[in-house]
Amino acid sequence: MPISMESELKSPAADPSTASPEPRPDFIQVKDFNFFYGRKQALFDITMDIPERQVTAFIGPSGCGKSTLLRNFNRMNDLIDGTHHTGDITINGRSIYDPKLEIIALRRSIGMVFQKSNPFPKSIYENIVYSLRIAGRRNRKFLDETVERSLRGAALWDEVKDRLNESALGLSGGQMQRLCIARAIANNPEVLLMDEPCSALDPIATAKVEELIHELKKDFTIVIVTHNMQQATRCSDRTAFFYLGRLIEFDTTEKIFSNPSQKQTEDYITGRFG
Amino acid sequence: MADTEHFFTAAGAHRAGIRSFGNKVLNVVCVALALLTLIPLVSIVFLVLKNGLPLLTPAIFTELPPAAGQAGGGFGNAVVGTFQMVGIALAIAAPLGILSAVYINEYAPTSRLSNTVRFVAKLLTGIPSIICGVFAYAVIVLPKTGLIEAVQGWREGWFRDIALWIVTSLPSGFSAWAGGFALSILMLPTILITAEQALLGVSKAYREASYGLGATRFQTIWRIVLPDAVPAIMTGIMLSVARAAGETAPLIFTALFSQFWAQSLNEPTASLSVLIYNFSTLPYEHQQNMAWTASLVLVILVTISNVTAQVVFRKR
Ligand SMILES: Nc1ncnc2c1ncn2[C@@H]1O[C@H](COP(=O)(O)OP(=O)(O)OP(=O)(O)O)[C@@H](O)[C@H]1O
Ligand SMILES: [Mg+2]
Repeated sequence: MPISMESELKSPAADPSTASPEPRPDFIQVKDFNFFYGRKQALFDITMDIPERQVTAFIGPSGCGKSTLLRNFNRMNDLIDGTHHTGDITINGRSIYDPKLEIIALRRSIGMVFQKSNPFPKSIYENIVYSLRIAGRRNRKFLDETVERSLRGAALWDEVKDRLNESALGLSGGQMQRLCIARAIANNPEVLLMDEPCSALDPIATAKVEELIHELKKDFTIVIVTHNMQQATRCSDRTAFFYLGRLIEFDTTEKIFSNPSQKQTEDYITGRFG
Repeated sequence: MADTEHFFTAAGAHRAGIRSFGNKVLNVVCVALALLTLIPLVSIVFLVLKNGLPLLTPAIFTELPPAAGQAGGGFGNAVVGTFQMVGIALAIAAPLGILSAVYINEYAPTSRLSNTVRFVAKLLTGIPSIICGVFAYAVIVLPKTGLIEAVQGWREGWFRDIALWIVTSLPSGFSAWAGGFALSILMLPTILITAEQALLGVSKAYREASYGLGATRFQTIWRIVLPDAVPAIMTGIMLSVARAAGETAPLIFTALFSQFWAQSLNEPTASLSVLIYNFSTLPYEHQQNMAWTASLVLVILVTISNVTAQVVFRKR
């Protein structure tokens, strides 16, 4: 079911319907990136290539800038007064700071899941279709299909299909977070950003979300911030370790956790940090 | 040095005993004071009910005020007038207050203009209501009277006739418009401040989610922020209505009073509060009783709008 949408970032080659099976190794490219909150510099000289349709985990101690970098990918930091950056970030070859690129379109093609699940105080159905409604989509059949597809995608369909019109705030914590994932993928984004999506969930709900991430990476490029080492090993292909605003090491998850090349990385993943 | 509790020693028990006695005294004093504050409230309600109920008949709402010394009659025109003027005030103050609140909270929370608006609104909440009346008198009532006099002084002729016609049909002079305008000044700061509080109370997480999904600022405000803030905004509106409905001072200068059913919003208009003020000072018992009944009606209306604010618009 190809769903047409105005994705700024989608090039013909990247469109799954026109089938280019070769994922880009540098789908998201960060180049000499520095980021400042006012005078305070939060990121220093970050350069990294995030591969397409894989899961990349950001790890590192609290305050090292994981969220800051993640929130730059869809320019959520623009909402904060007094921030600025140097360097560049490109997604699928296109700079997200290109003045001709619309922020709205950028955000529509990037889904984001927050640490604390934040469903709107609306029905489950309206939560999912929000991104379509703001894009001006009205077709009831299309909306219905999207709701089912997204909820199935987020492994939530069977649990909520009989109460789509009930308030989303009546769901359990784990269900709410999966609803937020469903909402984030409703508009078929290219990238899914997740900032500690499981930190408020119990082990069972966490396992469900991790399973989901495994499923979703077939279609989406996923970047996940996590404080949970096991989670990073379980569900990511590549892992980036940050420390004090710098990217210390970025490699396959296997390499990072079995044979890191930097002492700081080793200290952190073995818990010998201090 | 921490004062350790010697719970099991005699001294500890003694101290605890003194403390619990002190607690009891304090409790009694608090309850007594609470009851004391209830006395004026209860006696007002009692007095209004006792004196107002006898004349509370359906006729009160359908008939016109009796002339001085006459019996019978009602104050239907005052009830209508109060509704009209509060309605006008609401139609001015609610959109203005809510839009300003949206601007200062969502668009430019830290701008100098926003800070000024906030500051002025806070100042205005404390403004004596009579000042609102005087202000409305100065900007709405006076210009027309002045203008008419000026135009009447012109040389006679078709030009003067036309000018006079235009000036007299201006929505000004003593009128429901002027009264509503005066009340709106009274309501505006309350609505603005409560609306801003309501917007501030909307979780930041909702806004983030909305922006993250690619919503514009307008869409975020319209679809997420405002719906979530509506109950609290409505509470503020109802409270300001309740206050405005009972105000006399802003209306004496602006709407005056009328013995008749108003034919338009452009003429002096009766209101419950001014009727109470007028009739309670007359030396006739019937008029005084009617003032009590008008008070009762006003209290009922205000209570209804307060209770509506509490119940209907309470946050889910
Ligand atoms: N809105 C902000 N204004 C100013 N400084 C900020 C802001 N947000 C984050 N920072 C600072 O930027 C640095 C990086 O913060 P960031 O939230 O990216 O860290 P993090 O790695 O996500 O930490 P955590 O694991 O605790 O979520 C921190 O020093 C933080 O204090
Ligand atoms: Mg973070």
